[in-house]
Amino acid sequence: MLQLLPGQLGHFFVVVCFVFAAASALVYYLGLREKDPKRAQTLTRFGRSLFIIHAIGAIGTISSLFYIIYHHLYEYHYAWSHSSNNLPVHYMISCFWEGQEGSFLLWIFWHVMLGIGLISLHPKWEAPTMTVFMMVQAFLGSMILGVVIPGIELKIGSSPFILLREFMQDAPIFASQPDFIPEDGTGLNPLLQNYWMVIHPPITFLGFASCLVPFSFMIGGLLKGDPKGWVNYALPWALFASAFLGLGIMMGGYWAYETLNFGGYWNWDPVENAVYIPWLVLVASVHTLFTSKMYGKALKASMILVTSTFILILYSTFLTRSGVLGDTSVHSFTDLGLSGQLLIYLFFFTLLAIWMIARNWKKIPDPHKEVNAYSKEFWVFIGVFALLLASFQVLMTTSIPVYNSIVEGLGGSSNLAPPADPIAHYGNAQIWFAIGVAILSALGPFFWWNKLDLKELRSYATPPLIITLIISSVIMLVAQIRSIPYILLLTSALFSITANVLTLQRLHKAGLRLSGGSLAHIGLAIVLIGILFSAGYSRVVSENLSGKIYHEDFSEEMNLKNVLLWRGKTYNMGDYELTYLGPRLETRKEGIMIDRDRVINTSDPNFVILDYEAEELQGLASINDTIEVFGENNYYEIRFKVEEGKEFTLFPRAQINPDMGGLLASPDIKKFFGKDLYTHVSSIVDPTEPPDWKTEPSFKAKLGDTLFLKDHPAIFENVETIEQIAGHTLTEGDIGVKARIRIIAPGGEKLLEPIFIIHDQMIGRIADENLGLGIRITLMEILPDENAFVFKFQSGQADYVILKAMEKPWINLLWGGTLLCLFGIVLAMRRRFSDVRKE
Amino acid sequence: MKKTHIIILVIIAASIAIILSTAGDASQYVSFEEARELAEEGNDKLIHVVGDLPKDSDGNILGMDESQKVMFSFDLVDINQEVGRVIYQEPKPVDFERAEKVVVVGKMEGEHFKAEKILMKCPSKYVEDELTEAS
Repeated sequence: MLQLLPGQLGHFFVVVCFVFAAASALVYYLGLREKDPKRAQTLTRFGRSLFIIHAIGAIGTISSLFYIIYHHLYEYHYAWSHSSNNLPVHYMISCFWEGQEGSFLLWIFWHVMLGIGLISLHPKWEAPTMTVFMMVQAFLGSMILGVVIPGIELKIGSSPFILLREFMQDAPIFASQPDFIPEDGTGLNPLLQNYWMVIHPPITFLGFASCLVPFSFMIGGLLKGDPKGWVNYALPWALFASAFLGLGIMMGGYWAYETLNFGGYWNWDPVENAVYIPWLVLVASVHTLFTSKMYGKALKASMILVTSTFILILYSTFLTRSGVLGDTSVHSFTDLGLSGQLLIYLFFFTLLAIWMIARNWKKIPDPHKEVNAYSKEFWVFIGVFALLLASFQVLMTTSIPVYNSIVEGLGGSSNLAPPADPIAHYGNAQIWFAIGVAILSALGPFFWWNKLDLKELRSYATPPLIITLIISSVIMLVAQIRSIPYILLLTSALFSITANVLTLQRLHKAGLRLSGGSLAHIGLAIVLIGILFSAGYSRVVSENLSGKIYHEDFSEEMNLKNVLLWRGKTYNMGDYELTYLGPRLETRKEGIMIDRDRVINTSDPNFVILDYEAEELQGLASINDTIEVFGENNYYEIRFKVEEGKEFTLFPRAQINPDMGGLLASPDIKKFFGKDLYTHVSSIVDPTEPPDWKTEPSFKAKLGDTLFLKDHPAIFENVETIEQIAGHTLTEGDIGVKARIRIIAPGGEKLLEPIFIIHDQMIGRIADENLGLGIRITLMEILPDENAFVFKFQSGQADYVILKAMEKPWINLLWGGTLLCLFGIVLAMRRRFSDVRKE
Repeated sequence: MKKTHIIILVIIAASIAIILSTAGDASQYVSFEEARELAEEGNDKLIHVVGDLPKDSDGNILGMDESQKVMFSFDLVDINQEVGRVIYQEPKPVDFERAEKVVVVGKMEGEHFKAEKILMKCPSKYVEDELTEAS
């Protein structure tokens, strides 16, 4: 039975969410315009009631969609395409951001939360800020409306509550069975089934959403004729946004580092850039807001930057969701036909902001004076420009597909493509901006806290400069840094650390309260050093030193920068002795690794039957028990021995997902204090294909004979009669014989025990095989006269992995520096929020 | 000259440098014919070719060769409907069969286009468009 109610309810909530957002914006605006304070208050209160209904609509929409996903209602397209029956509940939440409609919902949700925060924290600013908020909410709500305007057939928004049969009107199944419901969904992209993917998108979206707050205060300030007072409120919120957006960016990087196998945390993909560009401008706006607040200067610059941040957020949304990136991004969303709506959204707020600022331009206080290089704010401004130029460079290149679209829209043709080597293109430019930002993050606070003239500057700047030069020379010598930009980046980052530590020392009397800025700058400098070493000095340790290539058709990279590990054999790689121990499966409940070769598959890949007494599962499961595993994930246990008694194992993963059409490798990482060892498999024996057994010449053997099987010595040790076979007791007249062959192989001896039975005068043979060695033996015949046995010998592909291993030095500085930087921002934010409360 | 003017000039210069470097590093979308011409001119910059995969009436992709498991070659129909042979020295990328459109980044080497990178436009990543199982 199709369950239509949740969808209808959901759709009703969407309409409520949209209509009441628009109504609330209008009423708040009227409240703002109203001269009579009593009526203004009534209107504002009415606007708030409408906002509350809007909020109920938003929460209702989310609940309806979650109900549909949670109850596996595959009659709905959203549930069918983003979820599946065995998806754990915490990943069901991830379904929200796999699809576009769901991520709009997430965005709406955060705006609702922030709106509640604004109303309760800054009641005086309710009408002006909420006017802007609710306009944005109306636009966002329209994206998921899914309503067709009759007459002109104009479709507004894409509804998450569309039924599968509506989505696939041409599918033949729906012609014959309109009520058809698939039994299972197509599942969540396995790359998204990762805990980082549960928390990283909501945090990034909170960062995105909170960029609206400073913008609302600015527009609100202009609306209520207060072109200055908004700064105090916008500053803490801009800090809030930069903390969350920054955290979101780094979490995304960490997820990529841990899950994807390109060997890094940042790939300059348009989707990554789309967050990086506004973040840089946001951070720049924090600095101008700061000067505006303290000295009443740079108010115009603050307005322009706060607006730019918000517009760039909208532009990013347009880039990633309109399909304009098309061929240039691996993971941009597919076009849902929302380009027009997204463009209207973008242009509406761009024009609104330009109009509002232009109209009030003359009223904006601007103490215009010639700049002074010794003034407090001069170096802060230069730093702002460095950030803006960095952002501009990424924006120019990321927008290449947009230029093509514009030229084509004007009737021309343009064939500009993004750079073929994005890492070099962005990296070579961004390093210079990073050097600039590092130097200025040292100078800025320096001038800020110390009233300086040239003489004093010398006495203040000399100690940190000398310390910096000494440390940086030592590091340069030890780490053998030769590249000029690397040397400059290292030195300027160290200068930023020492100068800010000095400033901190001077401020220590004031306690942590004032230290936010300095801590954030130190954190950033540490991040830069971490990036310099981990990206600039990443080293492949898995060099092929065997003198042989693995396969002539492999790429050079594959042949030379990987090691081939046959199962059980030990190899030397750099400082490590490596042994590939075999393929593993992870149990779903306990997360314990079990031997994949010693389980029996069932028809469901997520369940296997144990064929051995697994030590790891003692007390949990024993032989012949069926256990639940992550069927898609194949792990490869690799032992790394550093020296006697010091070893560790890594489990790089390969996901086999027929829906995704192949094999996805994910790394496993061993963290050391000063470096990470990063490994992933580059090639494996396909676990989904049964081994291709090739029959070798049969052999005849007597008890105690020594044999050679694929170059491995083996002993035909024993023959014994058996009474039972697979639960059946053999009766009189039956014969059951089990032979035992011991193979002496690298990595330990292996036993093969083929069985020969005669039951009801029928001959049965049960072969035994060792997949790791690729050997399969069948007991074919017993020759009593000769006292000998005939065996069939088949050989297959012995198990191997080709492994890539890299060392990433000092990558922990990147993560640690990020945390310190965020801590600094949060401290500054707390201080600025308390300023607001004092007003 | 005031300091403000110097700063503005420096910023304008930096912006122009950024625009020039973007234009200089930008690659091109070309057809196989243009790719051949570029290769003959000795231009060894990497370029992009956009194309479709040739399919038979049942939707099976034609001309794919995976017999060498580690190397992958296929036919690509460019915008001029010219069929070019693309060689990729890596295993077949995930999701390749589902690609609606394929972009190869590389250059012409003799008769073949040697791809360094393959980008795919897959409907499957975010929107499923076919019912795989009907039970």
